[in-house]
Amino acid sequence: MRLSTATWWRPGLVRVLVLPLLLLALAACAGESYPQSTLTPKGDFADLVDALFRTTVFWAVIIFVLVEGALLFAIFRFRGRADDPEPEQIHGNTLVEIIWTVIPAAVLAFVAVPTVRTIFDTARIPETGPDGQAALKVEVIGHQWWWEFRYPELGIVTANEMHVPVGRTVDLRMKTVDVLHSFWIPQFAGKRDVFPNRETRLWFSAREVGAFPGACAEFCGIQHGRMDFYVMVDEPAAFDGWVATRQADSAAAAMRPAAAPVPADSLAPDAAPVAAVDPLVAEGKQLFMTKACAGCHALGSAGAATTMIGPNLGGIGTRKMIAAGWLENTDENLAHWIQNPQAVKEGVLMNVPPITDAEATALVAYLRTRQ
Amino acid sequence: MATTVLDPAHAGTRSRSVLVEWLTTVDHKKIGIMYGASAFVFFLIGGLEALLIRAQLAGPNKDLISPEFYNQLFTMHGTTMIFLAVMPLSAMFFNFFIPLQIGARDVAFPRLNAMSLWVFLLGGIFLNASFIWGAPNGGWFGYAPLSGRQYSPGVNMDFWVIGLQILGIASLAAGVNFFTTILNMRARGMTLMRMPMFTWSTLVTQVLVLLSFPVITVALIYLMVDRVFGTGFFVPAAGGDPMLWQHLFWVFGHPEVYILILPAFGIISEILPVFSRKPLFGYSAMVFSMAFIAFLGFGVWSHHMFSTGMGPLADSFFSLATMLIAIPTGVKIFNWIGTIWGGSIQLRTPMYFALGFIAMFIMGGLSGVMHSVAPADLQQTDSYFVVAHFHYVLFGGSIFAITAGAYYWWPKMFGRMLDEGIGKAHFWLMLTGFNLTFFPMHFAGLLGMPRRIYTYPGGLGFDTYNLLATVGAFVLAVSILVFMWNVVRTWRRPADAPADPWGGATLEWAIPSPPQEWNFTEEPVVSGKDELWTLKRAAGVRTLPEPARSDGRGIHLPGPSWWPLIVAIGILLFMVGFMLPRPWAFPFGPVGLVGFVITLVGIFKWAYEPPDAHATPH
Repeated sequence: MRLSTATWWRPGLVRVLVLPLLLLALAACAGESYPQSTLTPKGDFADLVDALFRTTVFWAVIIFVLVEGALLFAIFRFRGRADDPEPEQIHGNTLVEIIWTVIPAAVLAFVAVPTVRTIFDTARIPETGPDGQAALKVEVIGHQWWWEFRYPELGIVTANEMHVPVGRTVDLRMKTVDVLHSFWIPQFAGKRDVFPNRETRLWFSAREVGAFPGACAEFCGIQHGRMDFYVMVDEPAAFDGWVATRQADSAAAAMRPAAAPVPADSLAPDAAPVAAVDPLVAEGKQLFMTKACAGCHALGSAGAATTMIGPNLGGIGTRKMIAAGWLENTDENLAHWIQNPQAVKEGVLMNVPPITDAEATALVAYLRTRQ
Repeated sequence: MATTVLDPAHAGTRSRSVLVEWLTTVDHKKIGIMYGASAFVFFLIGGLEALLIRAQLAGPNKDLISPEFYNQLFTMHGTTMIFLAVMPLSAMFFNFFIPLQIGARDVAFPRLNAMSLWVFLLGGIFLNASFIWGAPNGGWFGYAPLSGRQYSPGVNMDFWVIGLQILGIASLAAGVNFFTTILNMRARGMTLMRMPMFTWSTLVTQVLVLLSFPVITVALIYLMVDRVFGTGFFVPAAGGDPMLWQHLFWVFGHPEVYILILPAFGIISEILPVFSRKPLFGYSAMVFSMAFIAFLGFGVWSHHMFSTGMGPLADSFFSLATMLIAIPTGVKIFNWIGTIWGGSIQLRTPMYFALGFIAMFIMGGLSGVMHSVAPADLQQTDSYFVVAHFHYVLFGGSIFAITAGAYYWWPKMFGRMLDEGIGKAHFWLMLTGFNLTFFPMHFAGLLGMPRRIYTYPGGLGFDTYNLLATVGAFVLAVSILVFMWNVVRTWRRPADAPADPWGGATLEWAIPSPPQEWNFTEEPVVSGKDELWTLKRAAGVRTLPEPARSDGRGIHLPGPSWWPLIVAIGILLFMVGFMLPRPWAFPFGPVGLVGFVITLVGIFKWAYEPPDAHATPH
């Protein structure tokens, strides 16, 4: 019995120790990408946090190895038999107690000092960013279950995809119209909760151009799991182009005859003036009014002053994702979402009257023109 | 069965049925067993909820479970494991072993003790009954304003806010009881600094209960009147403040964490010396570090709220205060290693789990220090990294220690040894399953996976870690089945465990297994720490002779009583009255009123019941 116990507990131990390494190797071999990772910061706020995290991990690993090592050593070294004589009865040692109180306290100081420094560094919103320009002000408004982004200095509104220029500090002022949410773009900054009755602040500046996913990180009801968003980091010129497009995209512009050409500087790569008379688009526009879409969704980014129930649809035709970061913005997905929002996001506040496939096709055609 | 017993001709005689005996008992040992049995059932229910959660998250975009049901599952999993599993499993050991360890015949208030049990059990059944109508779905932390009537209009959160108040009554009553018992009923000679460490941990835990549960009670009453009577404590439109809820909740919630882990510390501090055959290293350092942890536990609550943007001064204060906790916690870990160092380690099943506890708790402690680093916590909070962290302390810590305690004290409780071979298989399965489930969650969290999401998209790198965690959860489930198999298998054997199977140091090992109703035929007198070891050393033996069973003649014990159960039913009805629709609702309807009257009459009759009204003659 003794022998069998001894032989099968050692492999077990090895299994447990090797497991973490195996996991790491497995993940590395899979060659996956981690676009939402906190470990690959792509902005200054996240850099500060990451440096601090690495300091902490450094000390944690040292302590882990030493203490677990001491534990395992003691288990192997002092293993006794039932009939062994009584070991020496030691009740304690004051000097040892002092040593193992003071050393951890000293190690903690190595973590505590940079922690407090970083707390103050991240609390201070830089007046100018890496690009030397003043911070871009964006208002973030959480909704069940989507994000609204307002640019007060530029007079534009958008939803679920926040455009920012690379290198510019972004100064976020945040709140919610309903329950608590938490705004989190892991590669740029830590989380910040949003409240209905107090404004919270966060800032970051992005170092790379691209589309970076973020998520709601505070439980906010049935669709908390599908309340994602993207930060679109543009080159400054592209950002200025996007702003100009959005500023031209007023509700009035949306209501112009469907034959009106799309602005020439549209982001759509194959943007050609819409055919003089596209009956499908005209029908879609009509449906947008009659199928109650317009009751909750504003079509234009410019001058949309009041917060509406549904996300602003300015530029919906060229957005990367729909349904708060959850579906690729393809014609098929858009039609499916318009027809069956409850099937895609059970409990979502979007309730639609029955929409036929033909009607959905027309609505999609119209929304595609909104660029 | 019940009618014969209610027949006055039979009341108070030995013909009382087994059922009545258990329903009316005030024996701390029977109450402890009932705490354990019901908490284990709730533990299985909570585990089943966890398995459903893991099945849903096994891969991206799964729709095995609807989002609504998923939210109910994780809310009930957390609530169940904290209030209905870990706390009452600790209460099982408090009940059974505190009187035995301090040499007493019962707790200070035996009928109050029975009432705590019934209130807890009825509250737990009430909470789980919610699945019929719609279980709580706002998270175990019930953040306002989501938990308010406007955003949670159904009965779901009514069950939660009322269920937790009911459970709070049980905890507070037990807290008063054990605090009083330990301070007043110790055997002659047992000074505070001679108490066993498990008794110390129980005492400190009750202080935490007594100081923290009133806070959550106040918060829950605010939330309940917000929901029922339309007040606005947490309703922003009415000038209420969701931050107030968070502060109140975590002023309770953080001490609650120590309420869950300190009893585990106590259990481990009992087992390590016995199986190292060497006294606890640094007894007084262990006592003071535990008291210091409990004290600091009331000054760190806002580290759960770093992401709310409290400002750099508050963040710094709560960061540093939290880091300080690492020092006494480290002292405890070092003293445990110091205890086995130089000992003669006997690797029996309880020792396996105790050593597993230390190994796992170190990891949970280290990730805890990472969370105290406020800016880094902004990335980790509400991500799976936190889920990994607190399962390392709650499962790797509390559950491993409770399991160690179960193997250690089982022979004393039931007079049977659990099987060593099956026990070790249980250990290795549990250790493997546990690490396979929760270690990958560190990575999922650092890679940006938020908590409490019912599904996740592919392409973010979460898939592998989640699949591993799901496999691990099922291995864990198998390990629990192995434990149950161990219990069933050994139950068929005759009850033949000796009084002192492990070479124990504390008083519970001086009396027969299982103990007789009166525990100690003669009240013990204590001359120092590790009293039993002193006696054995003086006698020059490894084990004392088997103690004789006595007939208990001349020993007076409190008699059984129906009133604790009746009062518990009254409290349940009174509280349920708050969530019923009119015309049933309190104070306008009959249910709450009936409950109120039952409670009042019950307390009155209880107060005037002679202490030995139904006592069996000895």
